Amino acid sequence: MNTIVRTAAAPNWVAHLKWPITIALALAMLYLVFNVYASGQAMWALGLLTLACAAFYSYLGNIGFAWRYLFPGLAGMAIFVAFPLIYTMQIGFTNFSSNHLLSLDRSTKYLLDQTTPDEPTIHSYTLHRDGNQLRLSLAKAEGSAKLLTEPFSLSTDGVTPLRAAPQDASRDIGAALSMREVIATRDALQRLKIALPSGEILNYAGLREFARLTPVWKQNPDGSLTRTETGEQFAPNAKTGFFESAKGDRLQPGYTVGVGFANFARMVNDPDFRAPFFSIFLWTVAFAGLTVVFVTAVGVTLATLLNWEQLRFRTAYRTLLFLPYAVPGFISILVFKGLFNQNFGEINAILDALFGVKPAWFADPLLAKVMLLIVNVWLGFPYIMVLCAGLIKAIPADLYEASAIAGASPLTNFFKITFPLIIKPLAPLLIMVFAFNFNNFVLIALLTDGRPDFINTKIPAGTNDILVSYTYRIAFKDSGQDFGLAAAISTVMFFMVAALSIWNLRLASKGMREAAQGK
Amino acid sequence: MAIVTGKQNRWRVWAAHAFLIALIAITIFPLLAVISISLRPGNFSTGSLIPTEISFEHWKLALGIGYMGADGKWVSPPFPVLLWLWNSIKIASISAILILAISTTAAYAFARLKFRFKVPILNAMLLLQMFPAVLTLVAIYAIFETIGNHIPWLGIESHGGVILAYLGGIATHVWTIKGYFETIPAEIEENAKVDGATHWQAFYRVLLPMAVPILMVVFVLAFIGTIIEYPVASILLREEPNLTLAVGSKYFLQDQKYLWGDFAAAAVLSGLPITLVFLFAQRWIVSGLTAGSVKG
Repeated sequence: MNTIVRTAAAPNWVAHLKWPITIALALAMLYLVFNVYASGQAMWALGLLTLACAAFYSYLGNIGFAWRYLFPGLAGMAIFVAFPLIYTMQIGFTNFSSNHLLSLDRSTKYLLDQTTPDEPTIHSYTLHRDGNQLRLSLAKAEGSAKLLTEPFSLSTDGVTPLRAAPQDASRDIGAALSMREVIATRDALQRLKIALPSGEILNYAGLREFARLTPVWKQNPDGSLTRTETGEQFAPNAKTGFFESAKGDRLQPGYTVGVGFANFARMVNDPDFRAPFFSIFLWTVAFAGLTVVFVTAVGVTLATLLNWEQLRFRTAYRTLLFLPYAVPGFISILVFKGLFNQNFGEINAILDALFGVKPAWFADPLLAKVMLLIVNVWLGFPYIMVLCAGLIKAIPADLYEASAIAGASPLTNFFKITFPLIIKPLAPLLIMVFAFNFNNFVLIALLTDGRPDFINTKIPAGTNDILVSYTYRIAFKDSGQDFGLAAAISTVMFFMVAALSIWNLRLASKGMREAAQGK
Repeated sequence: MAIVTGKQNRWRVWAAHAFLIALIAITIFPLLAVISISLRPGNFSTGSLIPTEISFEHWKLALGIGYMGADGKWVSPPFPVLLWLWNSIKIASISAILILAISTTAAYAFARLKFRFKVPILNAMLLLQMFPAVLTLVAIYAIFETIGNHIPWLGIESHGGVILAYLGGIATHVWTIKGYFETIPAEIEENAKVDGATHWQAFYRVLLPMAVPILMVVFVLAFIGTIIEYPVASILLREEPNLTLAVGSKYFLQDQKYLWGDFAAAAVLSGLPITLVFLFAQRWIVSGLTAGSVKG
């Protein structure tokens, strides 16, 4: 009886909690949206609000419970796959980079927060321990009268100014703390305000000094900034994304502005950029194309051989040949990086013993490309082998019986029966292999990092970088963190990938139609 | 089978065996070499491939134990391999569970429920999965920097952020589970509903228990997919204690600090379990691959 009551009561209890939980979640969401909006990111706040409304509508509204099942998955894809695509394209039209990280508002605020210590108010200080607390002893110049502050603790909030009074010379305040200890208390010191007997307020101005701080910049009604010391005026330039003076001097940091098609124009017009970009593009296509040719050659040959019934141990062979696909890519690629090492690598040790050569796999651009292809074929052929094994099994055996009666050789069998029959269903998959290797970032990043580099290029570029690793380098590594340019190249690549995908879908649906007609 | 065999056939069989054995030798050479190197003393010696002297120094370092070097100096582990392995397993497990949860519910809606825009959404998913995350790294970085400004435990340099980023890659899993659900007769759930089960109960208590095999496969696929993921993890995680194995392993083989033997031990230690899981799940994965080839 008891148990029945409890189980019956449980849903009721949950039902009572439904609204409090909903309201709590809604309030938490609103708080977050408000916070995002308050930090000056109105678009992000709007997006978040839309997402939250969609979530509440799916689970509380009456649009049908299908959306309750769909919402988490679709939201995940929308936010982390679809939105990044659109956002990347948008960034491609801006100058977003390490020099232009902030928005105009935040960059202005950053500049307005800059302060400079007032020369006549600079006091040097020493830090002294007073029980559990600390005191500062200030002096305007060497040997001048000292001022001693009230004691303060490390957790001080710095709201009420700390009063400083003339220091009694006979009073023992203990030895000054060392620089290392001063550095350890820096966070607290930065919060301190000290009120001098004259009423003047001093702030932290460095590891040795307190002083009155005055802002470097004054904002004018039109949004431009004036340097308080010199009166020089800097106006925001919406074209370059910098505050600029009449003379053309620029302030750091700049801010993000739209630059139209400038990033795309660079790929075509800027000769310093175009030359490496073009050869990287060619290598990307060659790399993906040659990989497809080689993995198909090896994979199809092996699949045909392993389908030969007179051959024993086929299962064992197949399992061993499948191994490269089972080992995690990041491990096997790094293993090859070590094996191919010019001086300590095992491959060169063998080549040296057999032929007396030690190729410079990582220093020579051509050899590096050869190495990339070798490793990529090693990684990729098992996939094709497994796919082809399935396709070859589906070929009717009577075709081979007929050809045996006609006295055909195995090679004739392969080129006249096997290959023509499997290439059609294989074609869309080979396009996907091409597309995958077109974007095979992990191989390049872990094996060569695109090196050796081109000589004499403005933006560092590797001779065996492919487009996607070059983009990564421009955005995240030694090439100036130019997110805008990287996003523009990515946008170009979207179109290539989209074209490949459409081609793939066409071929696949054509194959399915023909198969249907055949039946 | 009634195939007439010629006299040269025996030679052909031998040639095929020789060819396959040679190819297998080349294929598994790197894997055997790395095991041998992990047992060979020193990081530089290019001695024989079969170690003449077995040493466990690299394995000790990989397991996070220091040892007394020959010159009397204490050698401590260069990188926290076990911590990285733990990070990887933690991120991959949580991601795989969440991916499984949201793709199963979505697949249920696609397989069983009627709603507007069903076909366009399915097609959009197919199209979206053609664009790998590596093409949108700039945007992903910017998104997580913004998130991190407001919710630090989901931002850059947080495991929560990496897991969140992986939740977008569910399109293939949704298709796989949807295909399996469609092979289970809907009548069973309808009977349950007649008996008074709610929608959620019919899904959770009736359909899911029947779909356990495919759920396990998707879990393994999602787990392996996230544990070997490199690009997204490499931009979101930068500091040594936060790295996953896929991102951290690279640091063993830098030009300035070349730790070949230590890397070999770490690679075998971490690669072996993943390889075994993959081989274990191979049957389903392969059938999935070939099923895909037939469907296109």
